[in-house]
Amino acid sequence: MIELVNIKKGFGDKIILPDVSAVMETGKVNLIIGTSGSGKTVMMKCMVGLMPVDAGKVLYDGKDFTGMNDHEKKEIRQQIGMLFQGSALFDSMTVEQNVMFPLDMFGRGTLREKKTRVMECLERVNLKEAAKKYPAEISGGMKKRVGIARAIVLNPKYLFCDEPNSGLDPQTSLLIDKLIKELTLEYNITTVINTHDMNTVMESGDHIVYMYQGRKQWEGSSKDIVFSKDEKLNDFIFASEFLREAKEMRQMEMFQDQNWRNQLKKD
Amino acid sequence: MFSRPENMKMFWREFMRQCVDIGIGSFGIVFIISLFMGGVTTLQIAYQLVSPLIPKSTIAQVVRDTIILEFAPTLTCIVLAGVVGSKIASELGNMRVSEQIDAQEIMGINTKGYLILPKILAALIMIPCLISIAGFLGIWGGEKAGELGGILSSDQYWQGLRQEFKAYNIFFALFKSFVFAFIIASVPSYYGYNVEGGALEIGKASTSAVVVTCVLILFMDYLLAALLL
Repeated sequence: MIELVNIKKGFGDKIILPDVSAVMETGKVNLIIGTSGSGKTVMMKCMVGLMPVDAGKVLYDGKDFTGMNDHEKKEIRQQIGMLFQGSALFDSMTVEQNVMFPLDMFGRGTLREKKTRVMECLERVNLKEAAKKYPAEISGGMKKRVGIARAIVLNPKYLFCDEPNSGLDPQTSLLIDKLIKELTLEYNITTVINTHDMNTVMESGDHIVYMYQGRKQWEGSSKDIVFSKDEKLNDFIFASEFLREAKEMRQMEMFQDQNWRNQLKKD
Repeated sequence: MFSRPENMKMFWREFMRQCVDIGIGSFGIVFIISLFMGGVTTLQIAYQLVSPLIPKSTIAQVVRDTIILEFAPTLTCIVLAGVVGSKIASELGNMRVSEQIDAQEIMGINTKGYLILPKILAALIMIPCLISIAGFLGIWGGEKAGELGGILSSDQYWQGLRQEFKAYNIFFALFKSFVFAFIIASVPSYYGYNVEGGALEIGKASTSAVVVTCVLILFMDYLLAALLL
């Protein structure tokens, strides 16, 4: 579990996060959503320590990450896997070498054991056949999957994904979402995703934090979103006519489903 | 940057990669400029020393000292500032912009220690070697140009090379090469590592890195000459 306690962050006079508190639950896909400039990325960077917070605390399973020294932070960071928006694969290395990099740097074991683990991870993301290719030779969706393989190779307790669907077609996006969800449940990881993608919100969002102008505007699950009365959230999620209609249909479906269940209970 | 590496084997691998990049990667250009530098120096000194009272071997003596004291360390390093400096700045800048450095930081790697220190150490080892080679090649190029141009014979040239030779000049050239090597690796690393933005900023950082490196080399060249000669 990751807790944010009264996080404050600004750049000069501009305050990005005035005071944010949130909890990212273990074994769940936690989403941070919001419009561009709402502070999602800054919040995530503060959580992983890429940006120092001005005030407040980030707690990893109760341990204060912000107050740790470099050595203690290093230990926590070795339990973190992160998928970057642009995948951040090392250009000069093959797919296999990219995934093996964290193992080479921190992993114990023989070369054979490391190779076996790399192949397990690549198989998990269906990319075993691309092991010898360079990042420049594979598609955007494949790069994301390599990024996921690299993020999970050290069996992380926490997985962060920054815009995992950006630049991907809807089908590949769904694949990536499904993969992240499966991995979260399989390894009981605390997953935090920063996204704009409405498919991800509706399909994978176990726990959603909606950010508006640097503040936590709303919190709940994907089911709660459908019935939410929060205007700003509704304007953001159901921005188009098509999505508003989809929302009404979903509400009706869920309502009918509930009636049907109640009827069954009575019978 | 100077903390203990997370993994010595990986650090060594990166260090060796940088040695190959800086040393072998720049050898071609150093070879070409050194030969021509020596050749042109011989021709120009011969053009200026026209007095029949000055023996021909003096040309070789002047070529030797000019190359050892100035041309081999300074000119070679100015060229290396362009070749190696721009490569270092753009490599690190690209890694910064494409979040590769962030990815390593998240893994718990000391990125300054893993990415910058091997470059500085490799430069400190390879650049003095390149400058030594440049010195030998420059002097050899001078001999060949003298022979081909009918200015002085090989024997006269070698006689001149041995005249009033000061070993201190070699020490001075090597000392300069260590200082320049540090500048060539550290200034572009700073610019590349701290890039913010996109492709345009990488280009700007690379250009700034080369300009600042060249100016610093020239400034240090003057300072060291004033202090040590």
